[in-house]
Amino acid sequence: MSIMPPAQKIWWKEPIHGIEIMWIIIALIWCLILFLWMPYWHVYGKQNLSNESYKTSPELFEAKATKMAKAHTVRTESKSNIPVVHPPVGSDVYLLGRMWQWWPILELEKNKTYRLHISSVDWQHGFSLQPTNINLQILPGYEMVVTITPDQAGEFAIVCNEYCGVGHHTMLGKIYVK
Amino acid sequence: MAVKMFRQCPDSGLFFHKSAESLMKAHAVLGVVYLLIGGIFGLLVAATRMPTIHLLDAETFYLALSIHGTAILIFWVIFFEMAVLYFAASTLLRCRPATPGIGWIGFILMVLGSLLVMVAFLRGNSSVMFTSYVPMPAEPIFYLGLILFAVGALIGCFIFLGTLVIAKQEKTYDGSIPLVTFGALTAAIIAIFTIASGAIILIPTLLWSVGLISHIDPLVYRTIWWALGHSSQQINVSAHVSIWYAIAAIVFGAKPMSEKVSRTAFLLYILFLQLASAHHLLADPGIGSGWKVFNTSYAMYLAVLASMIHGLTVPGCIEVAQRKKGFNNGLFEWLQKAPWGNPVFSGMFISLIVFGFIGGITGVVMGTEQINLIIHNTIFVPGHFHATVAVGTTLAFMAISYFLIPVLFRRELIWPAACKWQPYIFGAGMLLLILFLLGAGTLGVPRRHWDVNFSDAALQFQFAGTAITMLGIAGLGGILASVGGAMFCLIAVGSLVFGKRLDPGASLLSSFGFPMADSSYTVERPTKLGLAPIEQTGAGGVEAKGTFVLALVFLATFVVYFFINAKYLSSIWPMS
Repeated sequence: MSIMPPAQKIWWKEPIHGIEIMWIIIALIWCLILFLWMPYWHVYGKQNLSNESYKTSPELFEAKATKMAKAHTVRTESKSNIPVVHPPVGSDVYLLGRMWQWWPILELEKNKTYRLHISSVDWQHGFSLQPTNINLQILPGYEMVVTITPDQAGEFAIVCNEYCGVGHHTMLGKIYVK
Repeated sequence: MAVKMFRQCPDSGLFFHKSAESLMKAHAVLGVVYLLIGGIFGLLVAATRMPTIHLLDAETFYLALSIHGTAILIFWVIFFEMAVLYFAASTLLRCRPATPGIGWIGFILMVLGSLLVMVAFLRGNSSVMFTSYVPMPAEPIFYLGLILFAVGALIGCFIFLGTLVIAKQEKTYDGSIPLVTFGALTAAIIAIFTIASGAIILIPTLLWSVGLISHIDPLVYRTIWWALGHSSQQINVSAHVSIWYAIAAIVFGAKPMSEKVSRTAFLLYILFLQLASAHHLLADPGIGSGWKVFNTSYAMYLAVLASMIHGLTVPGCIEVAQRKKGFNNGLFEWLQKAPWGNPVFSGMFISLIVFGFIGGITGVVMGTEQINLIIHNTIFVPGHFHATVAVGTTLAFMAISYFLIPVLFRRELIWPAACKWQPYIFGAGMLLLILFLLGAGTLGVPRRHWDVNFSDAALQFQFAGTAITMLGIAGLGGILASVGGAMFCLIAVGSLVFGKRLDPGASLLSSFGFPMADSSYTVERPTKLGLAPIEQTGAGGVEAKGTFVLALVFLATFVVYFFINAKYLSSIWPMS
């Protein structure tokens, strides 16, 4: 009985069932495969989160994003005139999260690679690119650099999926891929 | 004349010490109070996330969600776990509890702390969710309440350890502690680690909230907070796995297949779970892949291995016990002939299956470094932890309550038909909720979000129609689960108040933590707890073939589901 002391005073001396041994071996092999899959994907997979990130400050990051937007804005959108920025292929692109928008709107070219820098200037936010479904945690004070290659054309939304206050559900951004 | 402090339950043969019994009752009742509060707010959350009802306004929704998460994930489970600790030490070892007076101080701190947190929530300025990520601020009393609650729980853990020492010294049992107590011991050790982590981060956060510290780094906060946030769920796992073993013993007289395997599996929890909270940081900046990969898996996923072992040995020990009783035909007669109408068993078995097949598999899949990219912070995550906490832990606690109400509280269960159906209604509702949250999350729907149609947003976006439909079905599941949860609360409270007294001393006050009449306690010192009888199992004995087949089905599901998600990952934008 599991609610009584084991029959052997030293429980280590209790016998083991054959199927337990078999199951432990099978399960351990599967656990090792689960582990090995991660380094394997770093080598052979095409979707890995970069290890590149920097300490930053809201002021510094905002300055970088504004500078990029000034240089490459092609038009504005929506009632609040959000700039749509078409950065050069291969360049450093800045995306800023704040309550409650992703700024600016980006216009990228299909199958071209960009260095996307993302940070928050206030609270924590969640970068959730839909419908392709890429999800990243964005922290104030940390600048995450992701090298991305959009391989689908179309209009993509950036949903905020980290709760960031009462307007959280209105926080949307946009990326066009042409 | 020595004071008689023990009573023996004539139905179960268990011994209850007057002081420990009162502490158990008080903690369990408070747990159910928070289950009720958390459940009501859960219903409001479910009805708001159903796009067709969309019940609450945004501000109230975030407040309700903060209360739902905290009341269930912290207050309900930890109050109940404290009751489990007193039971596993004092009752199972037939021992007086260490320092019961200090136990009451711990209890009062927990009550006070949880009340402060609830007040902070209801004042409306602390809707920061269960996670309270900085720099989003809550009121100081929110952090203070959590700290007081944690100190109270810590006291309970040390009293548990003290009781083990007394039992050893006073030789109340022979040999080693029972497996269930051993499992509770792992829960207590993990709890101490967890609470220490909580203190390390919440004390500075409290100082920050009153302006004494200027800045708390959000990444440092997340790293240490998750050593509290996830490890606390590991207390639940250790506790509810112990309860699975306890129920197997109580209902079937089952002994562990082998003590060595089950106990080693519990030890693996202690050794390999703690930093593994790293899987919450897989999509974070500022931490390298090497750290993430190693700390989620320790290269071998030995904590996952531990759960896979319990997943075999718990049903396995039931199968062995049933086969010995003669249910020996085919692979599954032992399971077919199990007492499915007894909520103690049905609740436990549904808890086991849903925890393993859904909670376990989804947890490991989304805890894989790269696969996390398609799951992080989507509503898949609540899908996962409703399988682990709402079904795994909560339903196991409900199941053992059906045993404890007659045995500990000495009240007959009211409404037997409802008792029989409650685990199925709650389980079915939760299953619906879980499966469709997982589905909607796979399609990218965010968690903790008031309006996935973005009607007030400056920009527009439409999720796939399927995703919205799935949210609606999940909400229906949530409503059904709330019915099941409400039935449990009604049965529990109703039995404590109106249930037939099984002991003349079981007064109304005694249902809520006061001792029963002095005449109920007739034993001065229980007889020494002897060793379990030696049984012929293992090589040459009865084997658990049916369970092994179930385990292989589980493994196949796991493998297929893992590679489906790997395939899905390969379809998103290339990134490095």
